[in-house]
Amino acid sequence: MTRFNALNLVKNALSGHKNWTEQWPESQPKAEYDVVIVGAGGHGLGAAYYLAKQHGITNVAVIDKGWLGGGNTGRNTTIIRSNYLYDESARLFDHALDLWQDLSQELNYNVMYSNRGVLMLAHTVHDVQSFKRHVHANRLNGVDNRWLTPEECKEFCPPVNIAPDARYPVMGGALQERAGTARHDAVAWGYARGAAERGVDIIQNCAVTAIRRHPDGSVAGVETSKGFIKAKKVAVSASGHNSQVMETAGVRLPLESTPLQALVSEPVKPIFPCVVMSNAVHAYCSQSDKGELVIGSGTDQYVSYSQRGGLPLIEHTIAAISEVFPIFNRMRMLRKWGGIVDNTPDRSAIIGKTPVQNLYVNCGWGTGGFKATPGAAHTLAWTVAKDEPHPINAPFTLDRFRTGRLIDEAAAAAVAH
Amino acid sequence: MIQIHCPYCGETLPELEFAYAGEAHINRPENPAEQTDEEWAEFLFIRDNVKGPHFERWRHLHGCGRFFNAVRNTITDRFYITYKAGEPRPDLATLLEEDNK
Repeated sequence: MTRFNALNLVKNALSGHKNWTEQWPESQPKAEYDVVIVGAGGHGLGAAYYLAKQHGITNVAVIDKGWLGGGNTGRNTTIIRSNYLYDESARLFDHALDLWQDLSQELNYNVMYSNRGVLMLAHTVHDVQSFKRHVHANRLNGVDNRWLTPEECKEFCPPVNIAPDARYPVMGGALQERAGTARHDAVAWGYARGAAERGVDIIQNCAVTAIRRHPDGSVAGVETSKGFIKAKKVAVSASGHNSQVMETAGVRLPLESTPLQALVSEPVKPIFPCVVMSNAVHAYCSQSDKGELVIGSGTDQYVSYSQRGGLPLIEHTIAAISEVFPIFNRMRMLRKWGGIVDNTPDRSAIIGKTPVQNLYVNCGWGTGGFKATPGAAHTLAWTVAKDEPHPINAPFTLDRFRTGRLIDEAAAAAVAH
Repeated sequence: MIQIHCPYCGETLPELEFAYAGEAHINRPENPAEQTDEEWAEFLFIRDNVKGPHFERWRHLHGCGRFFNAVRNTITDRFYITYKAGEPRPDLATLLEEDNK
């Protein structure tokens, strides 16, 4: 693997870019691994990377039924922020935000992290009260977040319509300046490259059909479309399909999978300097480096694996975008798509041990998994390596649905996040 | 847009008139005081999250307002049948066979 630096760039430019080495090899499964990770998204690949780098566990395979980064890692709207209400969530997402800051240097791979700021607009008195509560709670937790007046919102993001007679009047906004976006594919590629360099096998186009258990109940390995693979430990990180994979091990999860939709416009010149989220009208918007407006919509209300989603949601989102940003009224949309997200009842993730010995799960990220990628990966790797949770992910247990110690971000945000 | 048949109104209408109401045929515990924590977790939070034919509840929110049950394929979003609340769970094998015809 060639390191990316100025010298190598010049050398390879002079030879017509024909001599770059492959970034990760096409691996075939070995008979046995110390750890098998199911799902080669950002979370799974990242966990493999941290297992190898920080815990010295390199006999690891990441297995995916499709291609790496082809699920929700490549389908999200790339928004990164950590302004969550509850202490547990703030710690988890701010841990991820800390790791995002120098992830490109860490991986020697440009993930194009841009802390351009995330502005959350308030349209009602209730929004104002709720967001101000968030601002205060965040600041007590050391998470940056501050309140902007409508005029300050307009100054920060000129396309926002703050006319008082607007359909959704802007009554202010909460701004997290450290938040922003990153190139989602590069996150998967960077982690894959870093993991493969340390000896991790990345096995694509190989579906895990079942988790096999020993007679004593502990994990024996995984059945795949390429045969049985023995594993001392198995970590499942398969987003929308976590329920199906875990059910084969006899573990039932508090999850419902729904499509989450997004769409992009035709590319235009730079016009949108930040990320704007409007929870009340349910529209998220930013501009990619290619120039497309990247617009996030909501989840369909029903369980579905269609990776498509219903058109009424898109219509609602476009109506909201047109109202909040009238200058985009006549933008043409290029395409829309859906990813299948797994939602928990309290809208907080589950990262940790399961009732099955040596089986771990990273699930329930719902609509907010991308921003957490480095944090989820880091704490999952810790949990797998030490067979006990990192203090940051310790509250995010599966058991909380039995004990009742929920982390109720659903009630805190009242929207998808 | 998905079209849904309301078994009370007898009409097939756009999904915008309806609200999804979760997995069907989950019965409230007869004796709540005797439920263990595990049983409460199962009742309140654990769901089948089926990939394929799924028994689920819907409500004709902007119509008659009543709840009914449905069997829908969660891969194609296609409805096999809708039926009134309180009616027994239809036999899945028969449903799928009829649908194949």
